[in-house]
Amino acid sequence: MKNPITGLNKVFDNRIRLGVMSILAVNEEVSFNDLKQMLEVTDGNLATHLVSLEENGFLKVHKGFIGRKTNTTYSVTKSGEKAFSDHITALENMIKGVK
Amino acid sequence: MSEQNQQQDTIREVRDIRQMMERSSRFISLSGLSGVAAGVFALAGAAIARFGIFKDYYFRYTELGHWSRDEFRQLKIQLLALAAGVFVAAFLSAFYFTWRKSHQQGVSLWNHTSRRLFWNTVIPLATGGLFILGMLQYNDWDFVAPACLIFYGLALVNASKYTLTDIRYLGYCEIIVGLISMKWIGYGLYFWAAGFGILHIIYGIVMWWKYERA
Repeated sequence: MKNPITGLNKVFDNRIRLGVMSILAVNEEVSFNDLKQMLEVTDGNLATHLVSLEENGFLKVHKGFIGRKTNTTYSVTKSGEKAFSDHITALENMIKGVK
Repeated sequence: MSEQNQQQDTIREVRDIRQMMERSSRFISLSGLSGVAAGVFALAGAAIARFGIFKDYYFRYTELGHWSRDEFRQLKIQLLALAAGVFVAAFLSAFYFTWRKSHQQGVSLWNHTSRRLFWNTVIPLATGGLFILGMLQYNDWDFVAPACLIFYGLALVNASKYTLTDIRYLGYCEIIVGLISMKWIGYGLYFWAAGFGILHIIYGIVMWWKYERA
């Protein structure tokens, strides 16, 4: 999962997955629609990336309803939080390292 | 990939992360021009009150030595109508400039950050509004201006957690002006004009200078 040389997390290689993690890092709970709006992606595209983040254990999914409409919200798990902060540390180190 | 390229990528990635964190947690499209417009309407409203509504009123009072019940009632209605007019004009103009800025930034005006900002501003603000109406029920006009300023200031301090943090300082200033005005009851209108007019305009210009000047 982790690149042994740089310490970067492969899961966060993708702009959308990284975006989801960035948003969830500073928001307790965000709905599917809000994520879609902020990341400017299509339903299918976002769903695929959310599933992969969930499979990695980085996301918690809460399915709820507003009236009859489904309202799915996402929040970050402890391990997701750690993976994300490790990834940022690795990015910082890379920037420092090359300088 | 060369080292140079990789570094560029990394920097871009960090910038993306930052942007997403900011965009998703704070509503950043509040325009400084909104503040200027609201301030201008507030000053205009205060001027109408001072030189329009109150002009005759003071004159008649000194002439007759008292005012009739009807006159007082009419004065109240005129002032409330004026206040409502100023509020609507300020709100619409503020809304317009913020809408324009969010349009330029390509973010939607009604998302979860603006919703959160809206509710966190409205709760202290509406409480203040109802409190003031409650006071007016007992014909207590003395504390209208201080209460407007203080509740508005508190609303801004609360709002600052969900938008550009600079608005917190405007909130502090409004609270201070409100508290000071308690000392000079009867001059409420001047403090009101200073707090809602002048402070808004100064704040708006500073914000515009800082974030929007192209």
